[in-house]
Amino acid sequence: MDPRLDGDQGLMTATAAPGVHAPPGGPRRRLAAFLHRHARVRLSLLLSAPMAWLGAAYLGSLAALFVTAFWSVDTFTGNLVKEFTWANFRDIVTGEVYRTIALRSLGVAVLVTLIDLVIAFPMAFAMAKLASPRAQRWLVIAVLTPLWASYLVKAYAWRVLLSAGGVLGWGYGLGATVLTLSYLWLPYMILPIYAGLERLPNSLLDAAGDLGARGWRTFRTVVWPLTFPAVAAGSIFTFSLSLGDYIAVKIVGGSSQLIGNVVYDNIGAANNLPFAAAVATVPVVIMLFYLAAVRRTGALENL
Amino acid sequence: MNLSRTARALLWAALAGGLGVVYVPLLIVLLNSVNADRTFGWPPPGFTMRWWAAAWESGGVRDALVTSLQAAVGATAIALLLGTMAAFAVQRYSFFGRESVSLLIVLPIALPGIVTGIALNNAFRTVLEPFGVSLGLFTVIVGHATFCVVTVFNNVLARLRRLGASIEEASADLGADTFTTFRLVTFPMMRSALLAGGLLAFALSFDEIIVTTFTAGAGVRTLPIWIFENLFRPNQAPVVNVVAAALIILSVVPIYVAQRISGVEATTH
Repeated sequence: MDPRLDGDQGLMTATAAPGVHAPPGGPRRRLAAFLHRHARVRLSLLLSAPMAWLGAAYLGSLAALFVTAFWSVDTFTGNLVKEFTWANFRDIVTGEVYRTIALRSLGVAVLVTLIDLVIAFPMAFAMAKLASPRAQRWLVIAVLTPLWASYLVKAYAWRVLLSAGGVLGWGYGLGATVLTLSYLWLPYMILPIYAGLERLPNSLLDAAGDLGARGWRTFRTVVWPLTFPAVAAGSIFTFSLSLGDYIAVKIVGGSSQLIGNVVYDNIGAANNLPFAAAVATVPVVIMLFYLAAVRRTGALENL
Repeated sequence: MNLSRTARALLWAALAGGLGVVYVPLLIVLLNSVNADRTFGWPPPGFTMRWWAAAWESGGVRDALVTSLQAAVGATAIALLLGTMAAFAVQRYSFFGRESVSLLIVLPIALPGIVTGIALNNAFRTVLEPFGVSLGLFTVIVGHATFCVVTVFNNVLARLRRLGASIEEASADLGADTFTTFRLVTFPMMRSALLAGGLLAFALSFDEIIVTTFTAGAGVRTLPIWIFENLFRPNQAPVVNVVAAALIILSVVPIYVAQRISGVEATTH
């Protein structure tokens, strides 16, 4: 034992520290001691509220919604008919309209993700690897600030820009939706990629350079494989947020509807919750497949 | 790094161009808020503060702002509590299904907002309405808290991972019990992570519209809902634009606060 560490002295300091010592045997102290000894009890207490909220209430709501998708609505009374039926899903799969809308939504989500990736990667690379540390700080702020500006405000900005008399005046439609969604989710793509590039040691890039690799080859064989989890993390945002969106469509989309609009219209105007629920499972299933695929890359740790 | 001069120039150009695209639309909203032309004719024929005055007078805007603040404060408080608890459980213990907890917490923002929205709407109406509780501010807060937990969770988790448990063990060795250690050691070290997570949660809630649409009753109108309702009314356009401009200006505040936090971090670590 280290002679400089006097056991008694340590104990003295602990007892003398104000506010640290509760009277021994008090109920609070006994509870603390009990908790200290029983890690499992501590864990269950910590997990209780979050799991009750997210595990029971939220997952329960999702499950209930999924069950509703197999019900139907009485066309005359508008009441729920709680009998199992595949009718909603049959309508979605066989209905020409719904297939088109589902594919269109998927296409929009993929396109928005690709556009954002192509714009975000060079930006993030210049930020992480070319800018000086001082400039980096300011660039991160510059990318972060519009993220705090309201979603609606940004969609509205594009409505004004694209309106017939506006600065761009290109009009509304599917192209406007893709443009607006790409604009909205761009920072969500830049930030994870920037963080991923920050973690990528410069020495690896130098080593690739020393071994004779030019820029493109270094990118293809070193940078891209190592930052792919970060790219995947960013794509979760761009993909998922695009897939469920119906607000941007209402603001700039003109008449070309996405899945979200079908869900919305069936709840509001058509008052057909079972059908809305069935349609809503389409993006969820797509998203679950996407998350499962992306999880292998370690993207969830990069969020 | 073996980058040609052209490649460097192109990357810088991409960065400048990208930031330009990000900021120009916002600047145009700011300019339009003082545009003398009611329909935002471009270029503006002149400048006026009339619309700012009109927005200031608008009762609808004020009520919506108050509702939004109430919802955001409520949701943030719940998210802070649940997010911190979950982060401690996941970071300090190993148990069966730990991975799933992280996934479960990400789920509400990973799933499309409309799915969370109608699932909660359906659940609220089936479970709460028999007890006489109808959709209102309370259900909005519950809905927002559900997807806000993740921001606090992520921030606290990252902080706990960095801190390790040795300081807490030292505290316990010196005779402090579980509660005292939390109060005097753990909590002070987590404070800035809580502030950062809480700030994000607040902003997420303040901005949210989809889940809000489905969880707010008829009388509850948050600011995003108010903007959306008035977006398609031509005679309200200048006031909507002023609210948008004000929100753009206000978005600098959390950035400033976050910078202050990280500035303090940099000096204390």
